[in-house]
Amino acid sequence: MLNLLNLVVSGLATGAIYALVAIGFTLLWQTSQTINFAQGEFVMLPAFFVLAALNVGLPFWAAVVVGMIAALVLLGVTFKLVLVDPMLRHGVLPLAIATMALSIFLKDSVKEFYSAEAQAFPSIVPEGSLALFGTQIPLQSIGVFVLAVAAVVVLQQFLARSSTGRQMQAAAQNPTVARILGIPVERMILYTFLINAALVALASLLITPIYLAKFTSGETLGLAAFIAAIVGGFNQVRGAIVGGVVLGLVDNLAATYVSTQYRGAIPLFLLIAVILWRPQGLVGRAEERTV
Amino acid sequence: MNRLTIATAMAVALGMSAPTMAQIKLADVAELSGPGATVGTNWKNGIDLAVAEINEKGGILGQKIEVTHADSQSNPGIARAQVQKALDGNPYVLLGPGYSGSVKVTASLAQQAEIAQIMGGEAAELTQAGNPYLFRTSFGQQSSMPKVARYIAEEVKAKSVAVVWVNNDFGKGGRDMITKELAKRNVKVVADLSTEAGQADFAADAVKVKNANPDAVFIYLNEEESARALKEFRRQNIQAPLIGETTLIGQKVIELAGDAANGAKGHVGLTTDAPVPAVAAFRDRFAKKYNYVPDHNGIKGYLSIYVIKAVTEKMGKVDPKGFAKTLHGMTIKPEQEPGILMEVTYDANGDIDRQSFMAEVVGGKQVVKEILPKMGN
Repeated sequence: MLNLLNLVVSGLATGAIYALVAIGFTLLWQTSQTINFAQGEFVMLPAFFVLAALNVGLPFWAAVVVGMIAALVLLGVTFKLVLVDPMLRHGVLPLAIATMALSIFLKDSVKEFYSAEAQAFPSIVPEGSLALFGTQIPLQSIGVFVLAVAAVVVLQQFLARSSTGRQMQAAAQNPTVARILGIPVERMILYTFLINAALVALASLLITPIYLAKFTSGETLGLAAFIAAIVGGFNQVRGAIVGGVVLGLVDNLAATYVSTQYRGAIPLFLLIAVILWRPQGLVGRAEERTV
Repeated sequence: MNRLTIATAMAVALGMSAPTMAQIKLADVAELSGPGATVGTNWKNGIDLAVAEINEKGGILGQKIEVTHADSQSNPGIARAQVQKALDGNPYVLLGPGYSGSVKVTASLAQQAEIAQIMGGEAAELTQAGNPYLFRTSFGQQSSMPKVARYIAEEVKAKSVAVVWVNNDFGKGGRDMITKELAKRNVKVVADLSTEAGQADFAADAVKVKNANPDAVFIYLNEEESARALKEFRRQNIQAPLIGETTLIGQKVIELAGDAANGAKGHVGLTTDAPVPAVAAFRDRFAKKYNYVPDHNGIKGYLSIYVIKAVTEKMGKVDPKGFAKTLHGMTIKPEQEPGILMEVTYDANGDIDRQSFMAEVVGGKQVVKEILPKMGN
């Protein structure tokens, strides 16, 4: 029972990371119909930006700032201007395939120009453990969960309460009407890409000390976050949050009480079940389109 | 007439230049990317260092060594294709792969080509299949696991052990061997935990270990997974001694796991921290060239080239067919071949006998606690 608490905390921490990445999926989909299959690599890359900055002698805090700025510029602005805008004119499918190509390109670039080997990465949250209810809970899990939840709360507040956030929501819900009302839709979409870049950079800083920095480390994360977004509801930010947390918990509990070998399959079973019985996701909104 | 003269002159020129142009071609297939990148990169760099040293001194029997490297991507299927391609180039000796699973699917190819294969795999079964062309660079599990089991039973005095292993040929071989050896010493396995290659999250495994409450934990994973497991086990405050083999306390694991590696113990067949001057000198040369301290795979790659040198010089000729026959039963001493670093004997199966070490990670460094002599001594 005491160890169950450990599992739940660990699952919540992992789930919170999945949620951060999954929110990016839903934001990009809502504002620009972009399904970014390179999202996992977007989580992998900021850690290498930070490592590169550390290698030139910057202190950790400065390297983190450099990593965040590089993520915003390359994974936010450049991604939108160079890949999404030109490809989206040709439809959602060509863009999805382009992001798959981008995923391969990013992985191979890191392998080629940095290293194929895993790298250690400093933790931004304290290590050690906290005695709680008679068991030791890792501080890192608590820290990761708290920071990820804080980021989600700030984002939700920004979207719900600020003028820019409401304009972003309007642009996502109906861009034509938003334009008529004078909302700069293109700028709002760019902000969404920047938010996605910031979220994946934060996820990268939180998860890499545990998973290690490696060119392949985004593969699992990207898939898990994609599943989380579908399970929760692809058209709702809160769906991504619910999906991420559910998936993190299910993954950890299944690995302990069902089988480690089948841990990779269980989220997929969950995905199939949701698609069959609740295709809009656990908290998603049903959408109808005429063909 | 003129044409004949030119042709003759060219033939003579080519004939005269042949001895100086002759090269010993070696083909290496290693895990240069994928989960085994640490293994393959160290192995490759060790090979390149030895080749550079030997070529600088004039080569083997006056012939320079030329080595090609191919990436198996840590995938047995790709390893097999790369080995087939390498064998098509008629190498003198095949080097690698490092992963036991990749060795298993490639050994028959080298055997059919009658080319000796010097590899890094440690699964016990590899050299027990009667392949006369397969040679190790490190201990097989049948040699190392009895030493680890003895340490757990007699030094740690553990009555129960949790075994955490990676679900591939390397891990399964080690798990089977350690379970057998622990049973011989009446040590009970209270948790038998299979993990996946490339696994990132060990939280569930740590909880299972805590639930089993063992006297010791035996961890047998590849390097990156070892580092992740150590970090998670420390995070979850597991107090039982963490014991393993070379892959638990290697240089790369220490680098990746940081403080979490401290206190981990293990049997190491090869270590750059061995109290052997020749090994220390190798470590310095390697670190100077590549700017990092190698793990045991770096030494394995390095030694493979010096084994080739010693065998070839003993034969007095570059004879691919005779290579395997010569190496079986051969003892190579540092006095004869300094590059071999420590005396090594090859048996009829291609297994090695060499002194080994029990070590512990202390303050981020591997510290040798005990020297175990050659078994043949």
